[in-house]
Amino acid sequence: MSPSDAVMRDPGTPRPTLDRPADYLHEEHTLRSWFFSTDHKRIGLLYLASITAFFVLGAIAAGLVRLALIVPNGQIFTSDTYNRLFTMHGVIMVWFFLIPSIPSTFGNFLLPLMIGAKDVAFPRLNLLSWYIFMTGALFTMITLVIGGVDTGWTFYAPFSTTFSNSYVIPALIGVIVVGFSSILTGLNFVVTVHKMRCPGMTWFRMPIFVWTLYATSLIFLLATPVITIALILLVMERAFGIGIFDPRLGGDPVLFEHLFWFYSHPAVYIMVLPGMGVITELVAAFSAKKVFGYRFVAYASIALASVTFLVWGHHMFVNGQSQLASTVFSLLSFAVAVPSAVKVYNWTATIHKGSIRLDTPMLYAMGYIGLFVLGGLTGLFLATLAIDAHLHDTYFVVAHFHYIMVGGTMLAFLGGLHYWWPKFTGRMYPESWGRVGAALIFIGFNVTFFPQFILGYLGMPRRYHVYPPEFQLLNIMSSAGATILAVGYFFPMTYLIWSLWYGRKAPANPWNAKGLEWTTTSPPPAHNFTITPIVDFEPYDYPNQAPEIV
Amino acid sequence: MTPDDAGGHPLALWPAAASLNAHEVDHLILGFTVVTLLLTVPIFVGITYFALRYRVGRAADRRHGEGRDVRIELLWMLIPFALTLGFFLWGAMIFNTEVNPPADAMQIEAIGRQWMWKFEHPGGQAEINDLHVPARQDIKINMISQDVIHSLYVPALRVQMETLPDRYTQLWFKADRPGVYRLYCSEYCGTDHSKMDGELTVMSPADFAKWLVQAGSTQSLAAVGARLYVAYGCGGCHDAKSGIAPSLAGLYGSAVRLAGGSTVVADDTWLRGKILNPDSDPVAGYRQVMPSFHGVLKEDDLTHIVAYIRSLQEPTQ
Repeated sequence: MSPSDAVMRDPGTPRPTLDRPADYLHEEHTLRSWFFSTDHKRIGLLYLASITAFFVLGAIAAGLVRLALIVPNGQIFTSDTYNRLFTMHGVIMVWFFLIPSIPSTFGNFLLPLMIGAKDVAFPRLNLLSWYIFMTGALFTMITLVIGGVDTGWTFYAPFSTTFSNSYVIPALIGVIVVGFSSILTGLNFVVTVHKMRCPGMTWFRMPIFVWTLYATSLIFLLATPVITIALILLVMERAFGIGIFDPRLGGDPVLFEHLFWFYSHPAVYIMVLPGMGVITELVAAFSAKKVFGYRFVAYASIALASVTFLVWGHHMFVNGQSQLASTVFSLLSFAVAVPSAVKVYNWTATIHKGSIRLDTPMLYAMGYIGLFVLGGLTGLFLATLAIDAHLHDTYFVVAHFHYIMVGGTMLAFLGGLHYWWPKFTGRMYPESWGRVGAALIFIGFNVTFFPQFILGYLGMPRRYHVYPPEFQLLNIMSSAGATILAVGYFFPMTYLIWSLWYGRKAPANPWNAKGLEWTTTSPPPAHNFTITPIVDFEPYDYPNQAPEIV
Repeated sequence: MTPDDAGGHPLALWPAAASLNAHEVDHLILGFTVVTLLLTVPIFVGITYFALRYRVGRAADRRHGEGRDVRIELLWMLIPFALTLGFFLWGAMIFNTEVNPPADAMQIEAIGRQWMWKFEHPGGQAEINDLHVPARQDIKINMISQDVIHSLYVPALRVQMETLPDRYTQLWFKADRPGVYRLYCSEYCGTDHSKMDGELTVMSPADFAKWLVQAGSTQSLAAVGARLYVAYGCGGCHDAKSGIAPSLAGLYGSAVRLAGGSTVVADDTWLRGKILNPDSDPVAGYRQVMPSFHGVLKEDDLTHIVAYIRSLQEPTQ
């Protein structure tokens, strides 16, 4: 019996009905009880539903982009339509799916559970964050309905301020508003981690996922205001002709690139860090083993959140930035590889000598590690000055960041979703369907994006609707892969919803995993724990395996 | 004619290399790929092997130490970092060559606008979207945008540079293999971004000389600039004998002292800025009386006047 079991209720024992509080899902069924809930778990599910809807929209846009690129001459859509499609894909996926994905859903649901708290520090602020998110989403939907926006998700000036003939201002307002949701969520999480930990939950007893949420929240707080200001300045210039970025009005377009990337590079780590946290949880649980080098992994999260503020200039090697600045930014970008490597090597070492179960979440985790490594190292290629001078703004960049965003964040999201699904819903998902879905997504993803590395090296620029005929074969491969990927996504979308009604009832701890979230019932009661947990054990205290010699 | 980039082959997996720089970048990325594989293949193999070897239910020795080993952490932090730093240096060295054009490079003016490129040779020959250059000669493209940000990209040379609306940027290369290569706008610039492309034709010097004659031109860029200089009455103040304003002879590339006390090098961007906004940062020793030519001179005119001022420092003039 490990020390942790001493303070936990044995989940297997049936409890007298009167004593057992209704779980958070069944306490009340009214719409009001969902839309005005201050329960972090219900808010987490509200986010889950919202971002899933946005994911579907963004994926449809991506599918249409891939459809258009089957032919080189741009016959399928007009160029204006194509430009709106890839812009909507980028805006929706970045701001309405990837950035809120793991922090707002799993973070909201799990952070209090993992640190033994009843809720986040500011429950009403938490609900407000969701309403702010939905207000931003509303503006984005309006943009989409009235005709879309064609600036690219990067909104580069002076194209966005003076030259674009699309609905730039409503799109900008959507992104500006959703930023406040990020800021408030970040604030909430930082205070929660500082003030709401249960007795005995010291900093170095926190799960790595909590560390990564904490690091992410710091980025939310420190970086998001910069993009908010930059985008407000864009609105000022476009709406009122106040010259900030357009040289005709006395502005400087490179200033916008600086402001934009000063946020948007850290934003990459908003998307990546929580995924790393999820993967650490999955690898430990499905290896039934302590995380190798726990403190290094924890510090690496904070290191990534810090260094990421110092590398924005690597997006601007070919915009006339001074050679000295470019060289320094290149060197600093190489430094990012160190904490990233720490994570990858420590995951590998955690798997070594574990007791591995290859359930769906672990398949996603293993896929994640492979794709993240490929995405990370091609990032180092792009941080190399002379390579970037060739590959900047080509499909190589597109492939690189999709390996990080889809191969990384998306797989972590799906892995985590399967892992915690029993906790969220009280139901198990069907395991064999899960594995088939994971395999299809992994294969489909690689067939979609690997050809894009080659296309990029051959010199195909990104955001090209019409392209030279010699690139058609690789583009068809990529589109075929996107079809497999789409079929793959249908699997979890279908069987997870199916499982809500027909899934096997989940026990409190279906994976025999460590961590406070598994000590309470599935789904948890409204206040998470009947008795406030007291922690007197180390994180991931899986027993050291006895030698099995058969 | 199909450009030579991929040899016209739909299965080509490597782009044509038309310059020494292109070969160097290829070596760099190939070297980096090899090191990357050395660092990652063990991880991929390791994870797969461990996942099967230590799968639950399989007999295996699972004993492991409890303590974390600081040495192994430091090793796998520092060794890959040191290995990759070599590539940082290698890349920075090639980049150093890429961004510093030789002083005697032949200068071609380029203007990017939605959605076309305009190139002008020193002799005044103008081209739209396509560019002809001689092989084995240093070429510097001095470019500026008339509207939004563009970027001139020639994959066969492995270089690109953004074309900004308020300042000149330079892209230089020395192509050594005659042929036809694609050039693109690589920075998204609106509706027909993907049609803002053309062909770079690298010709033997003899062919290029013939091409220049066929392309025809009545006067050089500097001569066009000189005409504008007269037409707009610039000489009234800027002629050497007037004394009202600094003389333009020998100005290009020299250090100019500003009224604020600092100095600035009179390069293309600064000269263009002075013509458009003479009030900002006045030059020391002169009263600022120059009117702004903002909205008066077109981008092409500005390029020509700057070319004229540049010609005034060349020994041949």
